[in-house]
Amino acid sequence: MKKHWYDYLWILSLAYLILGFFNILFAWLGLLCFFIPLIISIGWGTKGYCNRYCGRGQLFALLGGRLGLSRKKDIPNWMKSRWFRYGFLIFFFIMFFQMLWSTYLVFAGAKDLRQVVTLLWTFRLPWNWAYHGTLFHPGVAQFAFGFYSVMLTSTVLGLITMVLFKPRSWCVYCPMGTMTQLICRAKAK
Amino acid sequence: METKIRRKKKASVEEALCVACGCCRKVCPKQAIEIWKGVTARICAEKCIGCGKCVKECPASVISLQEVQP
Repeated sequence: MKKHWYDYLWILSLAYLILGFFNILFAWLGLLCFFIPLIISIGWGTKGYCNRYCGRGQLFALLGGRLGLSRKKDIPNWMKSRWFRYGFLIFFFIMFFQMLWSTYLVFAGAKDLRQVVTLLWTFRLPWNWAYHGTLFHPGVAQFAFGFYSVMLTSTVLGLITMVLFKPRSWCVYCPMGTMTQLICRAKAK
Repeated sequence: METKIRRKKKASVEEALCVACGCCRKVCPKQAIEIWKGVTARICAEKCIGCGKCVKECPASVISLQEVQP
């Protein structure tokens, strides 16, 4: 089958994860993965992002599929139920707003910048090697730390389910996927 | 002597549970799958040859091969 330019977007996803280890401010680029799917679903009413451009999905497909790092078993029924998918979306939103709130606190001067990346919403990993100061407000860096935490957490979850189930199991409960599908469903009526 | 008749099979999607991720569309050798309005995958029965690639690929395992009446 013919390869397109967008079949190589997994390189960008991988580069994004690696860049976060060198300079945390690159985490801001991750907002593209939030806005592009939303723009496509609101503007065109399709999940074109998931279908074509999602670098993360391609990365999982590559690792789990071609490199064989997946058991390729069926995902359990509860994980593909609407309850779980919508529940995970809501949970993700709550964690996201909590992250925005702590960013706001740094901007307001109520709290100091914390150079940590929180993995799986629990484990605080020191990440000070990737921060070399910013021309802007420390709040800009706080958002970067928070956002990179979100991205790294979801990648780790995705990798776990990739190994346990099928390569792109993350797509089943990916909050962006659920959200864009909801938008498409509303538009299709 | 008894002759075995192999029934024709085609892929079918459990649309209510489909994630519309498009993994199936990527592996279909006959381009028989479209993602209908970003809501669900739909299989064009005329084009489907029942190879089962999409069944294996689907991360939510909502595609199955079903026997069709000849």
